[in-house]
Amino acid sequence: MSASSHTLLQAPSSLSPRGTVYGTLLNFRDALQALGDQVNAAPYKAPPKAPVLYIKPRNTWAAEGDAIVVPHDVDELEIGVSIGLVIGHSACRVDEASALSHVSHLVVVNDISVPHASYYRPSMRFKCRDGFCPIGTPVPLKAASDPDALTLVVEIDGREVQRSSSAGLIRPARRLLADVSEFMTLHPGDILMIGVPGHAPRARAGQRVTVAVPGVGRLSNILVAEGAA
Amino acid sequence: MKHARVTYAGAVHAAVAHADGLQLADGRVVAEDAVVWLPPFEVGTVIALGLNYADHLKELSKELTVTTQDEPLAFLKSASALIGHRGHTRRPADATFMHYECELAVVIGARAKNVKRAEAMRFVAGYTVANDYAVRDYLENYYRPNLRVKNRDTGTVIGPWLVDAADVPDPHALELRTFVNGRVTQQGNTRDLMNDIPALIEYLSSFMTLDRGDVILTGTPDGVVNVNVGDEVVTEIEGIGRLVNTIVGDAVFGRA
Repeated sequence: MSASSHTLLQAPSSLSPRGTVYGTLLNFRDALQALGDQVNAAPYKAPPKAPVLYIKPRNTWAAEGDAIVVPHDVDELEIGVSIGLVIGHSACRVDEASALSHVSHLVVVNDISVPHASYYRPSMRFKCRDGFCPIGTPVPLKAASDPDALTLVVEIDGREVQRSSSAGLIRPARRLLADVSEFMTLHPGDILMIGVPGHAPRARAGQRVTVAVPGVGRLSNILVAEGAA
Repeated sequence: MKHARVTYAGAVHAAVAHADGLQLADGRVVAEDAVVWLPPFEVGTVIALGLNYADHLKELSKELTVTTQDEPLAFLKSASALIGHRGHTRRPADATFMHYECELAVVIGARAKNVKRAEAMRFVAGYTVANDYAVRDYLENYYRPNLRVKNRDTGTVIGPWLVDAADVPDPHALELRTFVNGRVTQQGNTRDLMNDIPALIEYLSSFMTLDRGDVILTGTPDGVVNVNVGDEVVTEIEGIGRLVNTIVGDAVFGRA
């Protein structure tokens, strides 16, 4: 194998999202409430103030039907249903009133994690494994419903195991866009996920996981054991 | 060979180092200050290391609640936070502690999954210099370091050159220095990396596929100090490059 830097001057291989995929931590009230008084104790010492984001890198991106590998050293994965705000126009310091004009599409996303108890400085191994971010087919925002009044569903082997609503987020979509774009520009093709409901269901190898947001889309994947392929 | 990406006379160009500055792929030779420098390669996933030099770990230990680690402290940044050589970085007016971090950046040249240490260096395309700013005022204890500290627009400077790996015989014996307004404020050597380059590639590729254009910022040594509007910050790595950056204030960005 040769690794010539000349090849780096060409564009990377084409992948579905054109930009960066960001997740938002603890934006559903039940997710923050699950931490309880821990937020005031070490290591956190205070509840979150500004939006806390993380990145799902390009190796995590997957599509409908792709097999998701459960690493050999864990029993279960957390299935995190989320709604992605697909950026259509650069968003820098947008206000709440105009925030959604920077969003072109909504998309259902499965933000998969290896379960981890601490949010302090979690290892990248928990959220950044290959295939840990299946992304659905974007639907134009104007055809979708209000992003702050959507239902989010997780099904495991066809059985509904979680039902949540995007109403009552700590930062609803417009506010999230305003607060994030205060410190970093969101670019066309970026996806900003609104967060994952608390008490994310867990699934194991062999199970089919589906995340669905009526009006936005459904996304199904099978979990497979590492080395089983 | 040293490679750059620049804009000149209305277009983006690949270029290589030349005795008189740079030579564009179309043959033109131009001066270093006649071009706008971009990050020197098409940037994929940006992985950064926290606390990868023992002395920096000691420097920051007061604010850590964990002191021992069983794996590298790696985190991600967006390519959109990156700017090139001679770029301008915004210092928010309310910050009290914003500091540079001089880091050796390792650029991946080929797809890498489950790569063992002994094979790891074959996946390195080359090296460049990164200056990865942090605004510590915004640090929160969730998913540290949170992106508001580490993923700010203009917050990561990279370049000027991508130096072919073949031209860097030992990347683990390179002096790093940072100058603020000409005065040396940070000094270190890549021999003191706690997790060296093969260890980082083995670790990361054990759970994620690395690909062409992905870059690993390998961490910074002791000696980070606050910088102010108007400061010129130069991060330099022996044999790799001298990366110049200027700190600018909110007003330039139309912020009150």
